[in-house]
Amino acid sequence: MFDIGIGHYLTLGAVIFTIGVVGIFLNRKNVIVILMSIELILLAVNINLVSFSIFLNDLSGQIFTLFILTVAAAEAAIGLAIIVVYYRNSGTIRVEEIDNLKG
Amino acid sequence: MPAHAFFFYIFSLIAIVSAIMVTASKNTVHSVFFLILDFISISCLFILIGAEFLGMIMLIVYVGAVAVLFLFVVMMLNVAQQKNQWFGATSGGKHIPVGMIVSLIIFFELLIVIGGWKLKPDLTNDFINLSTSSVTNTHSIGNVLYTDYIHLFQLSGMILLVAMIGAIVLTFRRRSGLKRQSYIRQISREKSDGVELVNVKSKVGVKIDV
Repeated sequence: MFDIGIGHYLTLGAVIFTIGVVGIFLNRKNVIVILMSIELILLAVNINLVSFSIFLNDLSGQIFTLFILTVAAAEAAIGLAIIVVYYRNSGTIRVEEIDNLKG
Repeated sequence: MPAHAFFFYIFSLIAIVSAIMVTASKNTVHSVFFLILDFISISCLFILIGAEFLGMIMLIVYVGAVAVLFLFVVMMLNVAQQKNQWFGATSGGKHIPVGMIVSLIIFFELLIVIGGWKLKPDLTNDFINLSTSSVTNTHSIGNVLYTDYIHLFQLSGMILLVAMIGAIVLTFRRRSGLKRQSYIRQISREKSDGVELVNVKSKVGVKIDV
């Protein structure tokens, strides 16, 4: 209980990952919340990598976390730009009303 | 080491609750607030576990750039107001208590981290017994990042550049009916283009084409 090992950190990462995935599936609001759920998922991956890196005493995990951070920032910028353009064209970003592809 | 367990449980509890609130909150602005709280809690965990550089970088990148970008887009698209209409909620001014709660929690987290450092500088040595060497975390990351991973590092810079150009190209809007100054047209203008000499006949006048 009071001896925090790698399992605790992996559990925390798994919980946040699951919350992010559930947030994508259950979302009936707007696309921005879906993007935030993706950020949560990437955060969970970062937790896993950093905890492995610390407990196995290997720096590669932290380097990978840096690269994931870069990709997450780029993805957020592009995704938000797409959302802005879509809102300008169609006037809504509700998930139910985005059905141009008839999927 | 009960101190490590105590801090771990506090920060992970805050992180999980705020992650749930990100997905479950009815208001998008509140979701962004809780996303910021989540990032700060996780970066405090990183700092406590010994990855100080990544914790600080997460604060700068996520809280300083990404979350503020989210807030800008939410503000620009007027999503929060739409949400109020859909759910029939009350009028504005609701952001203030949630923002106060989130910022208070963040303040106490920072107090815990910094105060713990002031109170007991060798606290992190109790957690993980890896910091035996005198090289700091930032130093060792720099040693590896600029030698073994230099190509990937440059490549990630290219990714950021492509993302920046892509975002600008996507959101750039060329407006019609806007008068712009064209330097090349101004400079390359000759006397024969602008001035015409006309012989004006008496009692007839001259017709000016516009």
